[in-house]
Amino acid sequence: MSFSAVAQLVSTWAIPLLLLLIPLLAAVRRVKVYEVFVEGAKDGFTTAVKIIPYLVGMLVAIGMFRASGAMELLASALAPVTGLIGLPSEALPVALLRPFSGSGTLALSTELMKTHGPDSFVGRLASVMYGSTETTFYVLAVYFGAVGVTRTRHAVAAGLVADAAGLLAALLVCRALFG
Amino acid sequence: MLNWVWLGLVAVAVVVGALTGRLDAVTRAAFDSARTAVEIAFGLVGIMTLWLGVMKVGEEAGLVRGLARLIRPLARRLFPDVPADHPALGAMLLNIAASWLGLGNAATPLGLKAMDELQKLNPRKDTASDAMVTFLALNTACITLVPATMIAVRATLGSANPTEIVLPTILASACATVVAATAARLLRRLPAFRTPRPPASGDDREGA
Repeated sequence: MSFSAVAQLVSTWAIPLLLLLIPLLAAVRRVKVYEVFVEGAKDGFTTAVKIIPYLVGMLVAIGMFRASGAMELLASALAPVTGLIGLPSEALPVALLRPFSGSGTLALSTELMKTHGPDSFVGRLASVMYGSTETTFYVLAVYFGAVGVTRTRHAVAAGLVADAAGLLAALLVCRALFG
Repeated sequence: MLNWVWLGLVAVAVVVGALTGRLDAVTRAAFDSARTAVEIAFGLVGIMTLWLGVMKVGEEAGLVRGLARLIRPLARRLFPDVPADHPALGAMLLNIAASWLGLGNAATPLGLKAMDELQKLNPRKDTASDAMVTFLALNTACITLVPATMIAVRATLGSANPTEIVLPTILASACATVVAATAARLLRRLPAFRTPRPPASGDDREGA
């Protein structure tokens, strides 16, 4: 069985097994499973609602930035520099957008693959870049929002350094494997 | 830092939007994004409620602490401020495992539960603790073993081998993860990012 088939199998079974095993083991240890479930579950609504202001703030700023065309301007300004490390100019907007928007990056990558073909270098690179990191600003807004932390200290810097490393690694790995 | 990033995004958007004649689109994007944000948050309500309930059951059964003990050697290095069998470690492990498997629906609620546990250990409630930043850095660099969405898109577009990106993606995100943990550790020593001392009793700092 191939690696991705195994991983696929695990993905299918993980949730049902967790949902079965946790209450089952708890019941064996004499936990009143349903009562405790409801007790824990009652915080679900407040937690989800608590992140609204943080998420609205973050997504509005990112949405405005993208709609203004500033991303394209930034990409064309940076193109000569990133050309030096062998990053194709078509893939640069994908890299720039990655920390800000997951769905935006997916849309851009799909667009690139339609134009250049999914098996072109740019198409493969965009695919790998999309999966190489998470959407940093979304994660920061939601996770800090849920606990009401507003002073984020080095979280933005650490997240962006990790994004840069992931995107650069995507480029290097793709050049080594597909170059 | 988030303050400056936020202001920068909005200011650049308005200035560039004015110069390129796209102010209409900028306005529309602002309203659309606001609605999307609320839809995302409400979309989380059901799944959040489910996982918080299941996690509570797991906690009462001692499973979350058990998981925490399982990763003690690694956790002691990454999160020195979190006690060895604290439920925060169990929740973080579950969150990261869920993201590895690409179970986004489970990952976010488990991650928020972990943040909630970390917040209990945090002496300054409005300020991120070292453990929180390390956890979030690992999260933003997350490894996905099977990038299912991207594979599906590539297959739809007629790729000869849609899954050829799996290994490169794992390598790139593993690299990001190592850098994330290192960056979180190194950056916290910079003067700009150091934690202020925990508030002394009677501290009535304005705007706190």
